[in-house]
Amino acid sequence: MTEQLPGLIVIIPLFAAIFASASGWLNRNYPYIISVLALTFTTYASVVMLIQTAGGGTLNYYMAGWLPPVGISYRIDALSALVIAAIQITALLNLPVSRAYTEQSFSKKEAPFYGLYLLFITGLTGITATEDAFNLYVLLEVSSLTGYALIGMGTNRSPLAALNYLIIGSVGASFYLLGIGYIYIKTGTLNMTEIHTMIYPLLSESPTIIMAFALCVAGILTKAAFLPMHGWLPSAYANAPNASTGIIAPLTTKVMIYVIVRLGISIFGTELAVESFNMSWFLVNFAAVSIIAAAFKALYHTKLKKILSYIIIMEVGYMVGGFFAGTPDAMTGAIIHIINDAAMTLCLFIAAGAITTKLYEDDIRNMNGIFTKMPFTAIGFVGGALAVIGIPPTCGFFSKWYLLKGAFAADQYLFAGALIFSSFINAVIFFRIFEKGFFTGEHHHEENGSGHGSVITEASLNVVIPLMASLGFIIALGFMTGKIVENYISIII
Amino acid sequence: MSLILSIKPLAAVLVSAFTVPAIISSGRNPNARESWTFAAAAVKFLLIASMVPVILSGKEIYFTIAEILPGIPFAFKIDSVGIFFAVVAGFLWIITSAYSIGYMRTLKEHSQTRYFAFFALSLSATIGAAFSANLFTLYIFYEILSLSTYPLVAHHQDEKSKVSSRKYLGFLLFGSIGLVLPAMIWIQMKTGTLDFTVQGIMTSGDFSKTEIVVLLLMLVFGFAKAGIMPLHSWLPAAMVAPTPVSALLHAVAVVKVGVFCVVRVVTGVFGVKLLAHLDAGVILAWIASFTIIVSSLIALSQDELKRRLAFSTIGQLSYIVLGIALLTPAGIKGGVLHIAMHAFGKITLFFCAGAIFVKTGKKYISQMKGIGRQMPVTLGAFFIGALSVIGLPPCGGFLSKWSLLEGTIQSGNTAFLVVLLVSSVLNAAYFFPIVYNAFFFSDKSDFKESIDEAPMFCVVPLVLTAAISVLLFFYPFIFNTLADMFVNSIYGG
Repeated sequence: MTEQLPGLIVIIPLFAAIFASASGWLNRNYPYIISVLALTFTTYASVVMLIQTAGGGTLNYYMAGWLPPVGISYRIDALSALVIAAIQITALLNLPVSRAYTEQSFSKKEAPFYGLYLLFITGLTGITATEDAFNLYVLLEVSSLTGYALIGMGTNRSPLAALNYLIIGSVGASFYLLGIGYIYIKTGTLNMTEIHTMIYPLLSESPTIIMAFALCVAGILTKAAFLPMHGWLPSAYANAPNASTGIIAPLTTKVMIYVIVRLGISIFGTELAVESFNMSWFLVNFAAVSIIAAAFKALYHTKLKKILSYIIIMEVGYMVGGFFAGTPDAMTGAIIHIINDAAMTLCLFIAAGAITTKLYEDDIRNMNGIFTKMPFTAIGFVGGALAVIGIPPTCGFFSKWYLLKGAFAADQYLFAGALIFSSFINAVIFFRIFEKGFFTGEHHHEENGSGHGSVITEASLNVVIPLMASLGFIIALGFMTGKIVENYISIII
Repeated sequence: MSLILSIKPLAAVLVSAFTVPAIISSGRNPNARESWTFAAAAVKFLLIASMVPVILSGKEIYFTIAEILPGIPFAFKIDSVGIFFAVVAGFLWIITSAYSIGYMRTLKEHSQTRYFAFFALSLSATIGAAFSANLFTLYIFYEILSLSTYPLVAHHQDEKSKVSSRKYLGFLLFGSIGLVLPAMIWIQMKTGTLDFTVQGIMTSGDFSKTEIVVLLLMLVFGFAKAGIMPLHSWLPAAMVAPTPVSALLHAVAVVKVGVFCVVRVVTGVFGVKLLAHLDAGVILAWIASFTIIVSSLIALSQDELKRRLAFSTIGQLSYIVLGIALLTPAGIKGGVLHIAMHAFGKITLFFCAGAIFVKTGKKYISQMKGIGRQMPVTLGAFFIGALSVIGLPPCGGFLSKWSLLEGTIQSGNTAFLVVLLVSSVLNAAYFFPIVYNAFFFSDKSDFKESIDEAPMFCVVPLVLTAAISVLLFFYPFIFNTLADMFVNSIYGG
């Protein structure tokens, strides 16, 4: 059965999505149960594939047995396996969290919610698994459209934010499609490996191909919320329902970075993407500027989820800059940051969801003493924050290590400076919140237990357990950095 | 030099971190909670002490936890100077724990559970730093120490302590992320290693002289816990913490980790021979000299006792840096020895300051005239502590200062000799008036004529540390041997 896994990992959540939506008519608990079963399976499958691809193995799967270039093929290498595992684990961890919020936020809509949830994961997983550039576009749209819907289920402002996202997102997707069109005209194929062999050595100087690359990258960067195409992200994420921010925020932009890496490594080749092409120099310096700009934006805002959204934009700058800096260490940093940042963002958004739910608001100025009342949420939030700042031994430190080292090796000092400077700003942002959450509020002598008529209590176990698990990942990923790099990343680069 | 694999270093580091959950869970029963602290302190010290004979026999102990990054293990290696520092910190933690009980309970401080929990965590980080086998591991523990002491500095949770804790963390993180991290990555990139070796690792890379000097300064200033000007002002700010924190952490553990890092950087990373060859030590020695003189002058003008002690600490830390920077056998020996001698002297002074505050509520020197008649034991101990810090017999401080003076003569640069002598006069000028006025102030004072000391838990520890300061003059115990071993390992004598 293991040879079927690359196909099953996309097909199972796809069918589960249909069943989950339908089963809601029978029993309101069925959609959740089906989602848990489906994602447990895909998590298991992703771990199996992770083991099989360690050290450079690849898994190929041909849809309906049609071989490429005619049929659509799925190809799992170490890089895809890593990102697929991150997607499945994030989705699974966020399920219990979403359960805690569906009741209050949109009761009776569980069936469509979990249907969308699974379709969203289907799209993202497909993007990482496929070897077909056009199929990637289709799955991109699957994940985007479900993403708009998931965001639109949130607060009163969320439909507008989702519409905004839809417009910009569609523009981004169109650019990508246009780029793929150019490639198809020039090479006559949509299979990534085939495109690569067609480009080298014959077409690597072709202006059409270079244009295609620029269009694809521009389209995907729009979807990844790279500055200045980031405008849709903060309001979309800040207004999305707590039930789905835990998958949208950690995964959407990270999978887009994966696509950039895939474009660079597998389709166009690093020679064209980062070496002989001065677009990369421009992108790295622009990434540096965008890191600083996003960091200041995050500093300026007082709404917790807005702050975290700008931090996501900043992290996108890390990864884009790291990849286009082009040295092995910088690329390693960018790739490992895909999974590290997924873990960090998951952790922070789960904690933020718990805090804003209990507090009924999102403004950090009103979070006095919140952490003393929610100790586990506090631990999770602090862990995620330290990872974003880049304090060892959290995983954020190690990706920053690689990014910095790679930036030095590439002589990209502006980018290196931006990495360090953004760490300071992050420290200011988060320690300001810690100060509010831990040290401000009622000042009582010697802990005398409960009292003070406080109504805020720790979040439910549905939230706390996934939060602690994601914190565990933040630490564990840090300690496993060497193994991950050795077995999964250095092989691809 | 034979190496012995042992898990003891890891156990010694983790024992106090593992008691943190126990401390928190027994928060409602203070006696049980403090028993945990004592148990952890005792076990930790015994583990450290059990390694001393091995080190004295000329062997080194190592333990590798994980190879987090390729070629950069997260590892412990204990040599003479590492165990030297661990013995000092581990031993003084036991005494400080007793003092903490007296201080915190008498003042009925709030959040004592948090206080004891983070205290235990800080000690884990301190011992971890002492045992680190490479710059990378040292950096990790350095960062953990910064963060675990932050809640202790912010303990009072009022506006003043918030401002101070911001300053505290701001300086330390600026140094570690802004200066140490890039320098460390640069060195690793060029040499491929960060392991401390007897003659340094810089010879294996291709560095220009300017590069070496810049990297040296980045590391020395970056480890801002060493309090070298102008990155010193976090230390006076940190004095808002409860006095036991100032005593153990901001006179011994934290600041000595800072100078310990400088010792490691100069001897283990750059290598004494290389720096002597490039004449780079002199630059560092002048910076340290400047700090010594200026901080002593500032100390003269401070009326708040703890702030005066803080500026005195800044000066004394630079003694150690100066000793190392002289790059002569006696200078290095004196510097290392001063880690211990100053620790016992200065902790006594802080204990006395705390005891005075607990009993009388006085913080300012100008209010302490005539206090000697009420608290003769405390002020007697203060006198001994002052003697040791000034470097007069019959106190341990004399030995280290003697060796430092010898070092300046060996270096052939008499200017540094003058610096040390002038500074000693200044030390005497800011300490003796306190003691003189305490005992011989003849006008009417606010203090009782009869003896009325602070609680036993405060007085016994300060008498003990004062006694040890004297004892160290006659029997320098293992400290002298270990410092000699360290010097011999460098100069191969």
